Amino acid sequence: MRVSVITFPGSNCDHDAYQVFSTRGHDTRMVWHKDHDLCSPDLVILPGGFSYGDYLRCGALARFSPVVKEVMAHAAKGGLVMGICNGFQILTECGLLPGTLLMNSSLSFICQHQKVRVETANSPFSKGISPGTVLDIPIAHKEGNYYIDDKGLGSLQDNDQIIFRYCDEFGRMSPDSNPNGSLDNIAGIINKQRNVLGMMPHPERSATDTVPSRDGRRIFEALESLVG
Amino acid sequence: MLKAKIFVQLKASVLDPQGKAVSNSLHSLGYTAVSETRISKYIEISFESDDRATVMQQTEEICKNLLANPNTETYHFELEQQN
Repeated sequence: MRVSVITFPGSNCDHDAYQVFSTRGHDTRMVWHKDHDLCSPDLVILPGGFSYGDYLRCGALARFSPVVKEVMAHAAKGGLVMGICNGFQILTECGLLPGTLLMNSSLSFICQHQKVRVETANSPFSKGISPGTVLDIPIAHKEGNYYIDDKGLGSLQDNDQIIFRYCDEFGRMSPDSNPNGSLDNIAGIINKQRNVLGMMPHPERSATDTVPSRDGRRIFEALESLVG
Repeated sequence: MLKAKIFVQLKASVLDPQGKAVSNSLHSLGYTAVSETRISKYIEISFESDDRATVMQQTEEICKNLLANPNTETYHFELEQQN
């Protein structure tokens, strides 16, 4: 597949994403945030980092980068978009995904391996993964505390839009297995059209032979089974 | 010249962990009557204009489009004449 990884000023996981996709044999491009051409990708990656220094609110200023208009047009046509960590924050700020990522309930930056449970196989990003499968994918953020109002949460649940939830090693959800205070243990959601995913965990950091967990590969394999 | 003094606050329904941490510190300092603390943002924007209606409208737009996240925050502002 053709993959475009967007670099905002302050992105710091763009090269990790580039390396994972290019190593897996995909035609991968780096696209600067001021560019207007996405290079006709199948998949756009909004990477992790601290775009615009996280000033005002995480992702709030990145939303006005010229390339985001192109990303929104790509998404409107049904193109795949994956926002990881800061990319998830940007997707909520520009309205492609509902809700908001607030400061972690602990007020701390959390960097650790985290168990996440796949909730549904009904998405291009989890196709072929049995619901209930527990993946070990690192998190590294201070603003990952997912919040949405009651009506919005009900809509996410009713429309099978929650793709990943934080859990323990046995797949159980509890306050102890919720690292950041996210509502309903939400770690990743998809839009109603099921082509735009946002997730706080970093699958690109658990996808190569040199790291302890390779579970992030499951997500990339799901995409490959669909797009090639 | 007009200056907009803007307050952006978390909605009452949204938990404020920073405010809670400050409350806890105030309690440990002995201010036991403190029941709640909420942290807000205060932003000043200066305009090269004396046209109150236009500045009011632009400030409203700025708050809606950028300064406040309607999912979690509310805002209010006042305009002040600057010399």
